[in-house]
Amino acid sequence: MSERWIGKSVKRVEDFRLLTGRGTFIDDHPPVGNVHHAAIVRSRHAHARILGYDVSKALAADGVVAVITGEDVAKETKPFAVGVTTPVHYYCAATDKARFVGEPVAVVVARDRYLAEDAAELVEVAYEPLPAVIDPEKALEPDAPVLHEKAGTNLAGHRRLVYGDPDRAFREAEVVLRERFRFPKYGSTPIETYGIIARWELDGVCTVWSNFMGPFIMHPLTARVLGLAENKLRFIVPPDIGGSFGIKTSIYPYIALIALASKHAGVPVKWIEDRREHLLASSSGTDRIAYREVAAKTDGTVLGMRFKWLDNVGGYIRSPEPGCSFRPTGNFVGPYRFQHLEVDASVVMTNKSLTGPNRGYACGHLYFETEGMMDRLAEKLGLDPVELRRRNLLRPEQFPYRTPTGGYYDSGDYPATLDKAIGIARYDELRREQAKARAAGRWFGIGVALAVDPSVSNMGYVATALDPQFRAKPEYLPKSGAVDSATIKVDPLGRVTAILGTTPQGQGHQTIVAQIVADELGLTPDDVTVVDEMDTFTRVWSISSGTYSSRFGSVGTSAVALAARKLRAKLVDYAAHLMERPVADVEFRDGAVRPRAGKGPSYSVKDLAGRAHWNTESLPEGMEPGLQATAVFGFTVSKAVDAEDRVNSSNTYGFIAEVMAVEVDRQTAAIRILKYVTVHDAGTIINPMIAEGQIYGGALHGLGGALYEELKYDEDGQFLTGTFMDYLVPTASEAPAEIEIAHVVSPSPLTPLGSKGLGESSSMTVPAVIANAVSDALAPLGLRITELPMTPSSLWHLIRDAQKT
Amino acid sequence: MADVRLTVNGAAREGRCESRKLLVDFLREDLGLTGTHVGCEHGICGACTVLVDGEAARSCLMLAVQADGADITTVEGLMRDGRLHPLQEAFREHHGLQCGFCTPGMLLTALDLLRVNPAPSEDEVREGISAVLCRCTGYHGIVKAVRAAAVALAPKPG
Repeated sequence: MSERWIGKSVKRVEDFRLLTGRGTFIDDHPPVGNVHHAAIVRSRHAHARILGYDVSKALAADGVVAVITGEDVAKETKPFAVGVTTPVHYYCAATDKARFVGEPVAVVVARDRYLAEDAAELVEVAYEPLPAVIDPEKALEPDAPVLHEKAGTNLAGHRRLVYGDPDRAFREAEVVLRERFRFPKYGSTPIETYGIIARWELDGVCTVWSNFMGPFIMHPLTARVLGLAENKLRFIVPPDIGGSFGIKTSIYPYIALIALASKHAGVPVKWIEDRREHLLASSSGTDRIAYREVAAKTDGTVLGMRFKWLDNVGGYIRSPEPGCSFRPTGNFVGPYRFQHLEVDASVVMTNKSLTGPNRGYACGHLYFETEGMMDRLAEKLGLDPVELRRRNLLRPEQFPYRTPTGGYYDSGDYPATLDKAIGIARYDELRREQAKARAAGRWFGIGVALAVDPSVSNMGYVATALDPQFRAKPEYLPKSGAVDSATIKVDPLGRVTAILGTTPQGQGHQTIVAQIVADELGLTPDDVTVVDEMDTFTRVWSISSGTYSSRFGSVGTSAVALAARKLRAKLVDYAAHLMERPVADVEFRDGAVRPRAGKGPSYSVKDLAGRAHWNTESLPEGMEPGLQATAVFGFTVSKAVDAEDRVNSSNTYGFIAEVMAVEVDRQTAAIRILKYVTVHDAGTIINPMIAEGQIYGGALHGLGGALYEELKYDEDGQFLTGTFMDYLVPTASEAPAEIEIAHVVSPSPLTPLGSKGLGESSSMTVPAVIANAVSDALAPLGLRITELPMTPSSLWHLIRDAQKT
Repeated sequence: MADVRLTVNGAAREGRCESRKLLVDFLREDLGLTGTHVGCEHGICGACTVLVDGEAARSCLMLAVQADGADITTVEGLMRDGRLHPLQEAFREHHGLQCGFCTPGMLLTALDLLRVNPAPSEDEVREGISAVLCRCTGYHGIVKAVRAAAVALAPKPG
């Protein structure tokens, strides 16, 4: 038996180059000569009409080769397609008005970055400042300044989604609870910022190197904006991306802007975003105001819920928004059995920076609210929060489970996963400890949070934003799908190379693919070279390609396994021909094709490769020469949204159960995490070391958003958090020292390896679990957390006010 | 323009640049040492940390001309005889990196910490490396790696 590699903590092949300073990140990349550098001029106003530009001084400055402004952008590009029918004209730079501080208004191209920045200061833009609005509720008031006159409203989109009969559920309820929540605007701030090199050639091909992470639907969108045929716009992504967490999805408008700058300058143009630009104008999740209602029976059975959301997408709605509201459509009900739900989702534009996917995309918001409501219900009914959840959890025999909103939960054992978390946390003991602590006057709290962890977005979910009547029109093209591809080839000496079109940002794809291929072909991971550099001219890709929505562990690994199996089948066919045996009499075992029974020669991969490449005459009649296989894996459960707004918005669904114990300091309001347990069911785990790394990283993103991070604005829309001194990223001293991690494995029946995604993981549960724990700690004061982040000062004020009353 | 002569990873190097040029830009652009990364350009994220005369320094807060005559160590200089430094080895062993972008600054900061405090406690490691921001790992693997490296680098008894 050859060794199995799936399930082992194989050390990463990526590490050697990254540890020795030999990675290839976008700013290290010298793909072409004569590269010039861009500096972007940005709006200082939150809301202002642009009256004109004077670029003469900038053009005369040392080293400057071109300056482009919003006028060029308006003349030579189209606005980006947006995910709603409201007429919002979103160009790659401001054309008529600036709608948030930091919005690009001009680009200067010069011999080096220093000179470009010098000249950027000489660009004069005449503005007529306009009143600004940053609060999504105020933005919907009748006298609010309107950002987009053509739209006539700041409401970019609104949907009321009804599943089951929520009105009846609320009528028949024995208990109804209501709460208002506020979720902050934060982004994962990868330490590598955006970077682009664009070369617009005279032959009409534009090549763009960038750290774009997908989805590659943005490629055709960008081609259309630039007026290029899709096969004349080449996107290349270097092998190393310095983190992303969803944020680098939203680099694509800058790709259009820098491509246009290259067209004007006649030279390749490079732009590396600086940190201030990143905080000002890259991307973040939405800030959301949520009104929640839950209807229940006195035994704790939840009958239904109502969600009312105002998601703040900033100055324009930028695709893939309004995913902020609809990405979790299939898992709106989370892990619970209730059937009746109303979702009233408003997507609002204000004078803040634009939003997009951020680790946990919309799920951090969703579970912060839902799990907060579950705790309120438990308190109201005098039930333990764990017991209340148990009474509502989906049962293992219900899987695969079709949710009322159209989700298709492929596998899981939610009660067992919760039990495991409770057991590891020694929950009952924690409760006894809490009783003692409370008696001693300490603020000690325990939080629980559960989440269905969706992976591999079905591109079709975005259409939930559109009215069913609009989707029913004959000219409307339904959307669905989530695919990935892989090619595996064997060279003449029997060496195996796997080629992917994914865009890893630290997730170790090369290592994981080597493990899978090694298992499928009876090799060791060292035998397999994995090439992972996306190039739209050479890779097999589709609109859903890329590395986002926890895709790789589910769809990417599936494509690799299928390609390896396809190749293996060819090796078996070929070897059977050489052995002059029926295919049924041979099998692939321990790295070679062997007779199923009895004696006879066996053929290793190396033997077969040599023969197949050097002597094509030896191939059976009709067999295609060459030893390679390409597989494109797609999910058949990816369907377009139906007329009742039901959609299976993701393809595989994991589960997370978490318990956290905290103590809030009575003097300083500082929160200390005493215990944190997280149990995940992501199906088959391919590399436990990498899985654990994802969980630790995801948890700290959730903690950052819950306690420290917020992109803040004053009432006039001026930006307050433009440096890492103001925007507080947790350091090692703030990170939890130990997370107790465990797994339950319910293999997915939909993927060849049984794996699901895990990348977003605890980023979506930590805001909920820590808010619940802190609420529990402060219960003696009658306080419950409704807003994040819980900075020491905000919590201190909250406590002081509660103590006064 | 100013001449800059310095020692980088044990070799004498020189270049000519504007006096306003940052040390990190000089290392990356003029000397081709792209292992040192730029993360914030305002001295908080620590990705650009190098050793200047043996001590950790932000190469985004220093001008190249200020490093004239200095002895600089960058991440490219940590390997010995084609083998990873024990600290690099520990990062690999304990999954102390994911995307690898903060890693050069993290390694040099940790090296400086271990020079000053060869046997740090967990809290001391956390405080020591809090000069560098990492968004991938939650710092867990990094803390384990630095502590393991401290053991590996400790003088063997006898």
